[in-house]
Amino acid sequence: MKSSSTMHARQRARRPQHALIALVVTLILIALGIGLSTWQFVVVVALSKGLAALGLVLLLRCGLVSFGQGLYYCAGAYAVGMAMSHLGIRDLVPLLLLATVSAAVIAALLGVLLSRYRDIFFAILTLAFTMILYGLLIRNPVLGGSDGFNVQSPTFFLLADGALSRRTMFIITAVVVGVSIWAVQRFLATPMGRLGPAMKDNEIRVEYLGASARRNIFWNYTLAGALAGLGGGLTSFSIGHIDPDLAFWTTSGEFLFIAILGGTRNAYAPFLGAIALELIRSLAFQYVPNSWQIVIGVSMLVIIIFLPGGLISIARLWLRSAARGA
Amino acid sequence: MSEPVVLVSARNLRKQFGAVFAARDITVDIHAHSVSGLIGTNGAGKTTFVNMLTGYLKPDQGQIFFDGHEITGRPPREITRMGITRSFQIPQLFDSLTALENVETALGIVGKPLEQAEEILARFELTPFADALAGILPEGVRKLLDIALAMVADPRVLLLDEPTSGVDSSEKFEIMDRIMKIVREAEVTAMFVEHDMEVVRRYSDRVLAFYDGSILAAGAPEEVMRDEKVLEYIIGRPLQAGRPAQAQVVQEGAHA
Repeated sequence: MKSSSTMHARQRARRPQHALIALVVTLILIALGIGLSTWQFVVVVALSKGLAALGLVLLLRCGLVSFGQGLYYCAGAYAVGMAMSHLGIRDLVPLLLLATVSAAVIAALLGVLLSRYRDIFFAILTLAFTMILYGLLIRNPVLGGSDGFNVQSPTFFLLADGALSRRTMFIITAVVVGVSIWAVQRFLATPMGRLGPAMKDNEIRVEYLGASARRNIFWNYTLAGALAGLGGGLTSFSIGHIDPDLAFWTTSGEFLFIAILGGTRNAYAPFLGAIALELIRSLAFQYVPNSWQIVIGVSMLVIIIFLPGGLISIARLWLRSAARGA
Repeated sequence: MSEPVVLVSARNLRKQFGAVFAARDITVDIHAHSVSGLIGTNGAGKTTFVNMLTGYLKPDQGQIFFDGHEITGRPPREITRMGITRSFQIPQLFDSLTALENVETALGIVGKPLEQAEEILARFELTPFADALAGILPEGVRKLLDIALAMVADPRVLLLDEPTSGVDSSEKFEIMDRIMKIVREAEVTAMFVEHDMEVVRRYSDRVLAFYDGSILAAGAPEEVMRDEKVLEYIIGRPLQAGRPAQAQVVQEGAHA
C-alpha cells in the first residue's frame, strides 16, 4: 500500500489551478491580438467558433456526435440580431446573455427528445433539427430570408457610448472565452462533468452506480447549446451580418472538424483547434487559392493519423517531457 | 435467538422470453447479513433472477420487496440508490479510464469525496493497478474492480454474477477470500452466482439451487448439495472429499 504522502501528492497533482491557467490563456490571447492586429478579425471569428466547438466537446466526451451545433450558433446570432432590430437593445452584455439563454432554452427543449437517442440516431436527429431551422429561416422574409440581415456594432456599458472598436471587441471576446474555459474546466471536474467519459465507455455501469445517463446527456446537451449560442452572438458582432448559413449543416461540420482538430481532453483544446483551422484556411487561401480545401483535408488526415488526441496532445507531450526534465 | 430479518423478498416471480420460461413463480426470502450462493446449470434462471432483483429485467408477474418496500420494475439507478448493487459476469467498467478514475467516477456519483478512491482500491488490494487503464487489466483484477465499484455506494445488498468466471482456478479462492472479507466487514447481505461447487460450499451460508426457472432446493450448502434432485439435475454426482464437484450440463428431457 502506498504511503499517505504519495496519495496526497497524487491528489494535489490532479488539482490544476483552472482559474489561473484560464487567466494566463486570456492574457496571452489579448497580447497576441494586440501585437498581431492584422489577425484580430481571424482570431475573433476563430474564438467564437471555438465556443461552439467547446459545446461539441462536451457531447463528444459523452460519446455523442452532433451534426447540429450550428442550430444553436445560429439561434444565438439571430437572437442578438432580432433583439437589436426589434427590441432596440444595443448593449453587449444583455445581448450575449440573450443569445446564450435563447440557445440554451431551445437546446433544453430538443434535449428532452434527443437524450433518448444514441449513436447514428442522435447524430442524424441533430442534423435534421438544424436543417429544419435553416429551412425556416430562408423562407422567412421577416428574418431576412436567405440574405439574412446586418447586425450593428454593440455598445458596452463600461465604456463611453459609441460602437466598439475591433480591438475592444477582440479583448471582450478573449475575456468571454477565458471565463468560458474556466467555467467548463470547473464543470468537467464536477461529478456530472466527470461522468461524460464514463458514459462514453459504459452507460450500464453508470446506471448501476445510481446516475441517470439520460439526465446527464440532457444537461450536457443544454450546456453545449448555450455555449454555441454565446459563440453565435459574438460572431454576429464581429462579422456584422447573419444569415441562415449559420444553421446549415456544413457549419456544424466545421465545428466537428475544429473539435477533432483540437482534441476533446479539456476546454482549451477546441480554441487551439479553431485558431489552427482559421490559420490553415487563411494561409491556404492566400497561397493556394484554388485548392485550399485540399490543404484542410490533408491537415485533418495528418491530425487523425499522427495526433488522434488532437493538437492539444502536443501540449500534453511537451508538458510531460518538461516535467521529466525538471 | 431472534428471528433473522428478511431483507429481500421475491414473491411468485415469473419471466418468459418467447416460449422459454426463465423464471417460474420464484418465491424466496433473503435474510439480512447472509451470503447466498446461487447454483444451477446454464439457462436455469440464476442471472434472470439477479437481473430482476436489480431492475435490469422487469418480471412479467410477481413482486420484489427490499426492506419492506416494493421495488418491482424500478429502474436500476433507483434500486442502486436504495441499497442493492451488483457486479456482472462480464465486468462493467469504464475501460478508457484508469482503475483510480473508475472509483473516483463512482464516488462522484454517490456524492462521496474523491479522496476515498485510493482507500477503496487498497481495500481490494488494487493499489498497484491504480494508474492502469481498466480496459487492459487482467480478468481477475477487472472482476475485483467491478465489485469495488459496486461497493462504493455502501450497499446493503450486493449481488455478484459469477465473480470467479474467467479467472484461473488457482486465483479463485484468493479472489473470493478478498471479496468475502470485505462483504463480512461491511456486514453486507450478499448473493453470488457460481458454477464451482467448492466455492459455493466454502463461502455461502445458504444455497439456492435453480433449475429450469425454478428453485429446486434451498438451504445450508451441505444439505442442498446432498439433495437428490440437485445431485441429479445440477451437480451430476456427489462431492468427493477434497475435490470440487464437476457440474454437468443437464440434457434436455433428462428430468421428464
